[in-house]
Amino acid sequence: MIRTRRALRALVLAWALVCCIIQTAWADEITLWHSYRGAEQETLEGLLKEWNAQHPELTVTAEPFAPGVYTSKLTNDIPQGNGPDLFIAAHERVGDWSQTKLLREWTEQDASWASYHPTTVEALVYDGKRWGIPLSYKSVALFYNTEMVQVPPDTTDALIAEAKKHTASKEKRYGLVYESTNMYMHAGWLFGFGGQIFDAQGNFVLESAESADSFAFARALVNEHGVVPEEADGTLVSHLFNSRQAAFAINGPWFLGELDKDLPYAIAPLPIVSSTGQPAKPFLTVEAAFISARTENPDGARQVALFLADRQASITRAIKGRQPVANLSAYQDRRLSEDRVLMTFRRQLDASVPMPNRPEMSSVWEPTNRALRRVMRGAVEPDAALTEAKALFEVFQRPPPKERSLAPLITGLALLLLIALAIGARRFMRENMWPQVKANLPAYVYLAPAILGMMILIVIPFVVGSIVSLFVHTQGSFTFVGIENFYRIITSQDYGVTDPLSFYFTLLVTVMWTAINVFLHVSIGMGLALLLREPWLKMRGIYRVLLIVPWAVPNYITALIWKGMFHKQFGAINGVLDALGLEPVSWFSKFSTAFAANVTTNTWLGFPFMMVVILGALQAIPRDLEEAAEVDGASWWQRMRYVTLPLLRPSLVPAVVLGTVWTFNMFNIIYLVSGGEPDGATEILISESYKWAFERQNQYGYAAAYSVLIFLVLLAYSASTGQLKTRD
Amino acid sequence: MRTISTPKLIATHVSLMAACAIVLYPVLWVIKMALTPSQGFSMSPNPIPDQVSMHNFQHLVTMNDGIFWRQLGNSIIISVATTVIGVALACTAAYAFSRFRFPGRTLGMAGFLITQMFPGVVMAIPLYILLNRLDLLNTLSGLVLVYSTSSLPFCVWMLKGYFDTIPRDLEEAAIMDGASQWVIFTQVILPLARPAIVVTALFSFMTAWNEFILAATFLTKREMFTLPMVLQSFVGSYSTDWGYFAAGAIIVSLPVMLLFFALQKFLVGGLTAGAVKG
Repeated sequence: MIRTRRALRALVLAWALVCCIIQTAWADEITLWHSYRGAEQETLEGLLKEWNAQHPELTVTAEPFAPGVYTSKLTNDIPQGNGPDLFIAAHERVGDWSQTKLLREWTEQDASWASYHPTTVEALVYDGKRWGIPLSYKSVALFYNTEMVQVPPDTTDALIAEAKKHTASKEKRYGLVYESTNMYMHAGWLFGFGGQIFDAQGNFVLESAESADSFAFARALVNEHGVVPEEADGTLVSHLFNSRQAAFAINGPWFLGELDKDLPYAIAPLPIVSSTGQPAKPFLTVEAAFISARTENPDGARQVALFLADRQASITRAIKGRQPVANLSAYQDRRLSEDRVLMTFRRQLDASVPMPNRPEMSSVWEPTNRALRRVMRGAVEPDAALTEAKALFEVFQRPPPKERSLAPLITGLALLLLIALAIGARRFMRENMWPQVKANLPAYVYLAPAILGMMILIVIPFVVGSIVSLFVHTQGSFTFVGIENFYRIITSQDYGVTDPLSFYFTLLVTVMWTAINVFLHVSIGMGLALLLREPWLKMRGIYRVLLIVPWAVPNYITALIWKGMFHKQFGAINGVLDALGLEPVSWFSKFSTAFAANVTTNTWLGFPFMMVVILGALQAIPRDLEEAAEVDGASWWQRMRYVTLPLLRPSLVPAVVLGTVWTFNMFNIIYLVSGGEPDGATEILISESYKWAFERQNQYGYAAAYSVLIFLVLLAYSASTGQLKTRD
Repeated sequence: MRTISTPKLIATHVSLMAACAIVLYPVLWVIKMALTPSQGFSMSPNPIPDQVSMHNFQHLVTMNDGIFWRQLGNSIIISVATTVIGVALACTAAYAFSRFRFPGRTLGMAGFLITQMFPGVVMAIPLYILLNRLDLLNTLSGLVLVYSTSSLPFCVWMLKGYFDTIPRDLEEAAIMDGASQWVIFTQVILPLARPAIVVTALFSFMTAWNEFILAATFLTKREMFTLPMVLQSFVGSYSTDWGYFAAGAIIVSLPVMLLFFALQKFLVGGLTAGAVKG
């Protein structure tokens, strides 16, 4: 009896559990990813709260990501099934994402496409299919300070004339600020002059007289007319326009958030290019809602996307989030049609060029940005720069090597493993190691957890990652090509040995970079540590804490401040040179000075670590030894040379060796300070590897081959200097 | 105690103050941007703030319903756990390398160094797949495991070097007294190695505290985010909220400086000398 009742109860419980599970599975949840921040984020989340209140059966959770990591997040997580159901992103990667099967297609019936501005809808089409629903669009426009300029100019001639009135380069005031060496910002002039990047068939057709004219025009703005400052990056544009040192700025809607509250400004569309009579047409980016190919609830995701794209939500996004929205009916609302900022971007939309969404676009930026910088610097004439850009683009787009059979790789690896095992076993037997192993069992126990962790979390991922170097990656699929990637790098195919792209050139720079940095880190760190250990020194605790500040503050911001200090016209360093009566230096236009700027920044960032290590290491030296030497009449140098340094050695060597390895692979300072300038010459091996992986059409195989070569170089270096042997 | 001549004292102070000035000069702009309510980047020649506003700090701690405190908590948990695990594993491993002569010792030491030569660019995705299989994505423990192994090689080498400088006489005396290997390790060696342990602890802490690329690869839920990820979210594709970023940078660096301030007395304790004499 009791048993049956128990069984019954268990059955009821199980049924309840099943019901419960089914219910949770049915009470659907949609995950939405985005990379908005500020007002746009708040508006989006407010709208989703509204949705959740009305639709308890289909709740939406939003996750925001830093824009810098957003793309790689999507491409990592979606194929693994960890991605969102729905995500908001810019349209320019649609070609890539649809080919790598990240996106779910939208059909003709899924939405009333006519409600959205046709340009924004068209931007989301690739291969004749629709991939997302447009939410908003972004392009640059002309910002002006209304205290200086009353009526915005409608032609470039008028713009230059007006800008000249507000330029006084001695007082560091400029008529116009924009990132003149950034292709994205230059695009307005390029298309206004009639230049093109791709033709209808997708051929790269930047090399033309029209493009050259636009380059010459931009150069004239800086040199001949002098109305635009040199080396203007985003931070300088924001600084000058905010501090009322610039009358005009070319920037996008994101600039609104950076402007001071009390700055009097207005916005106008970019002017008409006087020599062609065509309006300057900036790049247009369409932000859209995309449904993930891996979602389990495409209908739910589509409903949420349509809700966000609809008239009502569009009005909210426009008014609260300050987004230029793609939904046309939203503009019937008077709050939108009377908003001068939003209506200006609306007008700019009609004179804009949607960013090409084909995958080849990712290989366009580096060659074109470099061409712009070289023209601005006066290194080449515009037409020659465009020819160089085309050549570089073709290097990035070169056809992949032929597919090879996998069999030799597998047999080769197996053979290598067998040989290694055989050698190890033979040594083990010959040297009769078993008794030694037994006698030192505790040592293995002490080591086991560390070794196990290293094996699983470092060695295995590296081996797996290295195997990629034998493959070629094209649009999400990998083809085995044997050692072709290595062959191309080693023989410096497609570019000369002295080209900054060449492995050997970069290797030389990397070696110099490493040697100089480590030397400076250790010598400065040692000098300060020797001072800071003296017991008679008052306040040494405070000095010590102040001196580790560069290590403590996140280096993203301090590196950019250093970059600012090296600015030709506004930097503090040229300010000091000027005060001393010296000529200002254009730091990033020559290899030697750009390299010096990188090294200075990295020395500032890196010496505190060495100082701390040496402070600790100095404690191992009995002071009486040094004092005895002093009593014996040894000079300071003799004491250092024969007492302090030899005793310091065991704890200093690991820091120096590892410091060397880390500096060799320290790419973010290069990226942030010189950005590889001039012309990629200050890149180091690891930053080249990153570029091949992420900025040159995702050539993961080639990038992995670079990484393997970096590893082999470091291995050869430390083996040849005997650092792999344990000294006792 | 020796007497120090006044010129030498003055020279030392002057050179240290000069060093501090160079070190702090760029940081003044971070402070200026943090105290200025606008989000622009300041390149003014004068790094002294012309207004003092707590707006940026306030925004940081109150945005998204105060999720900041939770994210600060995540960072602290991850960094402390990384430090504890990393230093514990490193101490035992370094002790084995320093005091035992066993087959595979050279290979093991070399192995630790070699792992530091692997460029991270190829490892992120395999590591992601591995953590996914182990169900450790989106967990703090997954990150702690990755961080503590990545800081291990330095810690092991550093500690091994320091252990080597500790005289063996001390251990031999302890063995005479009948102490076990474990007692010698914990009661004799570890207290003597305090300066090196402080350095490795600080290093492990910093490895976890400032890292954001791996964190961003492995975490997808905002309740799990760490502070560097929050900071990086102010960096847009075209513009950056510099005021918030700078305020966040200051908040991120304060604990590090406090930690260092608290730990530095162990760093300069000079214990070995006394122990040998005694």
